[in-house]
Amino acid sequence: MKVLTLNFLTCAVKACKTSADSFPLHPQDAELVQDEIEINPELLINVLRRVDWTALRTTSTELGFPDLPEQAPTTEELQSNETLLKDLHHLLMETQITEGKLVCAHCGHEYAVREGIANFLLPSHLV
Amino acid sequence: MDYLIRLSQSHETFRLPEIQSLAVLEGIEMEVKSYSLETPFLIVRLPSNDAALRLIRRSILAMSVYELWGSATTLDELHAVVRAQTEHMWDRYMTCSFKLAIDCFQGSRTSEEKVALINAFAYLGFAGPIKMRSPDEEFTLFEEWAFNAVPLNIPDPNRYYFGRYLGMGARDLPKKLDLKKRRYISTTSMDAELSLVTANMALAAPGKLLYDPFAGTGSFPIACAQFGALVFGSDIDGRAIRGEGHKTLKGNFEQYGFLDCLGGTFTADLTNSPMRRRPAGSDGDDGMTGRLFDGILCDPPYGVREGLRVLGVKDPEKNHWVIPKGKEMYKQADFIPPKKPYSLFAILDDILEFAADTLVDHGRLSFWIPTANDEEQEVPTPTHPFLEVVAVSTQTFTKWSRRLITYQRLPNSQVDLAALKEKQTRQLTGKNADELNPFRKMYFTTKTEAQ
Repeated sequence: MKVLTLNFLTCAVKACKTSADSFPLHPQDAELVQDEIEINPELLINVLRRVDWTALRTTSTELGFPDLPEQAPTTEELQSNETLLKDLHHLLMETQITEGKLVCAHCGHEYAVREGIANFLLPSHLV
Repeated sequence: MDYLIRLSQSHETFRLPEIQSLAVLEGIEMEVKSYSLETPFLIVRLPSNDAALRLIRRSILAMSVYELWGSATTLDELHAVVRAQTEHMWDRYMTCSFKLAIDCFQGSRTSEEKVALINAFAYLGFAGPIKMRSPDEEFTLFEEWAFNAVPLNIPDPNRYYFGRYLGMGARDLPKKLDLKKRRYISTTSMDAELSLVTANMALAAPGKLLYDPFAGTGSFPIACAQFGALVFGSDIDGRAIRGEGHKTLKGNFEQYGFLDCLGGTFTADLTNSPMRRRPAGSDGDDGMTGRLFDGILCDPPYGVREGLRVLGVKDPEKNHWVIPKGKEMYKQADFIPPKKPYSLFAILDDILEFAADTLVDHGRLSFWIPTANDEEQEVPTPTHPFLEVVAVSTQTFTKWSRRLITYQRLPNSQVDLAALKEKQTRQLTGKNADELNPFRKMYFTTKTEAQ
């Protein structure tokens, strides 16, 4: 599960949707793997428009990465700052959670990640 | 300038929608001058030769594109038109190598006839060498014959076209992604040709993000990756995505060298989706926040073979032990959450709702649904106030048909608010699969029973 994908996901329990605490999910006991992927600046700029920056900062810190700036970079900043682009590419696209849990801060539900694939199926009492 | 696009005479109702979508994708203004489902000749006005090449280079259903030098119902008229319209261009092709070909649609000519037809173009005065393989320029005389012209002994075609070859479409792509050569497929994998057409309808392209919530073995994600998009997939059946050994969805991406395009996959139920979203049209919907995808494409279960199911308990009163058992055991790694039957109509509504919430403005939703040849059991095209129908195409089999429906997400400013207020959610809570799915009942009932 790429860090980018994690930024798109909340707790699946409908009751949690109204709480801000259900996003982002919090990785626990996470095993990380670094891929090597060719950097695609156009894609990254487009991706960053979809990313929730506040949540990304939280995830980045939780995974042990250096803190991200408070404000999301503008398109111009991304186009001119190659280091920033590389760092964001490395975080969002090349960093994968292969094993571990994703935890909802609101209800405590833990979603298991196995071989990079997270399981969001809920038992019937949570549906 | 007018151009002739020589289409494949197959998947007829998909051809023009595909070209129109490609025109949108490439930002090309296209005017359709002539088109019929019965013939493979699409005549369009385009701004330039470059636009013509860009337009069809990704088309799965277009074979090639030509500068249209003339069109007429008789040969004499054709030659007159060609002279009048193109004589000023002939000196460009005076010395290069060239070839003339004949494309008879629904008709046939003897070798002698073909030679005579070609020689009639001698007035072009091209002096260069004739090369049958890889000439600098290729010109084609197209003949559009009436249906059954040969057995009916019809002497002449209905229409002639003459064109200069510019370039070809992508009809070789389905061979590259052929299911027969793919590492991991299942009974529900969609064939490469229509997967690629669907990806074209969803405007998959480099820099874009697409999602398939019924990914299965990944046919649609693979097609999106072929066109360079970053694609995400999920399925309620984790086994489909995980596969076994080296036969996995990810393994398919490795097979074609598409790993850079795989955003990620996860196991989830669309009706209990972990995807973050803002309800369309709500206060939080500013046209940008929570709009994650440029395109959503899928082939949801029709309820026939796959048995359409979502998370939940079937007959909770009867199976009262399931919920407490689930509470006890759900944290175990091998726990399989129970599922209940679900209506096809309901899942379609859920897909539209999901798409309206998560697509960017003008983003595309493309999905397949079954219809039935019998009118009484027709699944109507689902509607949603925030989604405008772009195209509907039909693939017909013997006992049934299926449709590819494409929508675009309207910007909030263009949404009909009155329609929005009237929108009612259909709630179907049936018990068994046959009740929930009129299509399934139709398919498995013999004709005599139905009558």
